[in-house]
Amino acid sequence: MSEETKDLVGDYKAGWHDPENATIRFDAGLSEQVVRDISELKNEPEWMTEIRVKAYHNFINKPMPTWGNTEMLEGINFDAITYFLRSGSGTERDWDDVPEDIKRTFDRLGIPDAEQKWLGGVTAQYESEAVYHSIREDLESQGVIFLDMDAGLKEHEEIVKEYFCSVVPYQDNKFSALNTAVWSGGSFIYVPKGVHVEMPVQAYFRINAKNMGQFERTLIIADEGSSIHYVEGCTAPSYSTESLHSAVVELISHKGAYIRYSTIQNWSNNVYNLVTKRAIAYENATVEWVDGNIGSKLTMKYPAVILKGEGAHAEVISVAYAGEGMHQDAGAKVHHMSSNTTSKILSKSISKDGGRGSYRGLVKVGKNANNCKVNVVCDALILDENSQSDTYPTMEILNPTCRSEHEASVSKISDEQVFYLMSRGHTEDESMALIVNGFFEPFTRELPMEYAVELNKLMALEMEGSIG
Amino acid sequence: MGGDGIIEIRNLQVSIQGEEILKGINLTLKKGEVHALMGRNGSGKSTLAKVLMGHPDYEVTGGEATIDGNNLLEMEPWERARLGVFMSFQYPQSISGLKVGNFLRKSVVAIQGENAPSAREFRAELNEAMKKLGVDKKILSRYVNDGFSGGEKKMFEILQLMLMKPQFVILDETDSGLDIDALKTVATGINSSVGNAACLIITHYQRILSHINPDYVHVLIDGRIVESGGPELAISLEEKGYEWLGEGVAS
Repeated sequence: MSEETKDLVGDYKAGWHDPENATIRFDAGLSEQVVRDISELKNEPEWMTEIRVKAYHNFINKPMPTWGNTEMLEGINFDAITYFLRSGSGTERDWDDVPEDIKRTFDRLGIPDAEQKWLGGVTAQYESEAVYHSIREDLESQGVIFLDMDAGLKEHEEIVKEYFCSVVPYQDNKFSALNTAVWSGGSFIYVPKGVHVEMPVQAYFRINAKNMGQFERTLIIADEGSSIHYVEGCTAPSYSTESLHSAVVELISHKGAYIRYSTIQNWSNNVYNLVTKRAIAYENATVEWVDGNIGSKLTMKYPAVILKGEGAHAEVISVAYAGEGMHQDAGAKVHHMSSNTTSKILSKSISKDGGRGSYRGLVKVGKNANNCKVNVVCDALILDENSQSDTYPTMEILNPTCRSEHEASVSKISDEQVFYLMSRGHTEDESMALIVNGFFEPFTRELPMEYAVELNKLMALEMEGSIG
Repeated sequence: MGGDGIIEIRNLQVSIQGEEILKGINLTLKKGEVHALMGRNGSGKSTLAKVLMGHPDYEVTGGEATIDGNNLLEMEPWERARLGVFMSFQYPQSISGLKVGNFLRKSVVAIQGENAPSAREFRAELNEAMKKLGVDKKILSRYVNDGFSGGEKKMFEILQLMLMKPQFVILDETDSGLDIDALKTVATGINSSVGNAACLIITHYQRILSHINPDYVHVLIDGRIVESGGPELAISLEEKGYEWLGEGVAS
């Protein structure tokens, strides 16, 4: 990494940046014209342009959320953000064709290596667009579609048109409106009936430029009886100015299908991470969000599942780490619309060095949804006096046959625990890391091994010098 | 590790929150020796154990403790552990999410460094130790002390002792809360580990000493060792209680 960035980077390992070699960079700021220009540049069908423009006006007219961290939200300067930046010259299918500097970035992040070892497909997005994309041939031959979203719209317009905005309408919130207006990149996945994608597919999102806005849009459709595990990772350089990441993710899990969506978000702490993730699960379908928020300045993200069909199941397992200057406002939303649906929410947060971790959850059980089961557990670990944890759990249960359980705990690491581990040869920092990683274990055990190892290392790094 | 294994405690004085608990302890332990330290509740037995391991709550106000000449009292607990000090806790802590198997391996590597056994050798030692203690393999995927019964916790401490191969072993009321059978098993584990170490057994009762033969018995009353002797001292304590020694306490 260059000397000038080193100071800013600190312990954040992914904090270097490359020179910007933009082939197209829009001026900062947003207007209807910018929205139309993005659409035109991408040569989109008219209906998409129209949705974008409508969403833009909705965004302009919608107030900021009045909950979460309103002070930090008000700090976003929408005029300073670059809404579209093209770095490559297209999406390559061979790493050798990806521009050298960008390829180096992904090499350093270990993406090509991971692809070879254990992934069924990879998309790498750099700034606004995918620069690399591939899928294993055996998946392609079974009819699995895995494309970046721009290519998805071009090649499968009819499917995109059917599902786009069907789970997250652009009017849903200010940031879903913004994303719909200026979206670029993201993943488009369709798994045909009965096809099981055995290896996870991965998307990696990297912001490199300063004051960048990344607005990927992801749409995953698992047709009847199919299954897929999608993994996403995110990093950005550590700049002193802010960037905005505002994605929308829509999942459709048809009858008997299974979707697991795993995220390890490790944005640098100058990134606003304001993401809308929602899934719809039909009869006997399952959706699992496995959501790890380790970085960013402010994250507001509540992966949601609408249990629309009878017997559908939702799981939201999340961890958040809030360090200095960070606020992780994360949680889950589940709406039980049908009978015999079940949901399980497990949220774990750690706050340290003045960071703030909030759990915000909503579980609704509809009047006509009989025999539903709801289980919510949220645990917080606070590492010092300056840090904060709060929970906002809401349950709206309108059907008396529902069985619901809710547990919450706030704990601190005790001196006795640290002493015990130190007496077994572990330094103070190592002892803290063992306790913290143990606290996250119910989450990490759900991750592919490579990610679990990476996450444990990351947390060990965060625990260095944590006790004076 | 692998030194002469001489532990010297000289005039050790310790306070907690301004209150003096240990008022000048003198003890010398050599490799292969088993010392029993007996005394009533509140006499300072556990304080001595914790101070030797480096518990942060206690303040050493005077005296010294060395292991082969190295000043223990200036070291962090983990440095003492790496030098071969091991304490079996009276109240072992639970660490949720940390799996026993992982913890044992990591600890052995932390303590023994480059002398640590290979993963395969470690596995073999672990299996043998578990077999000796009659510990079920399922323990390896449980979390450290999480949901363990009192007896399981003590058994787990001894399992750690067997794997970590220390040169100075401190057993802080390892016998309390164990039934006769468990006590026998624990004693077997201890006996197999202390042959090459200096061992300090802290206990209320004589009964563990019928399974682990002490070379020396010391009686602690009000922060001072008031009597030292051979194994027969433990037996007279069992018969007569501590009362007869009370007079020996100078005030």
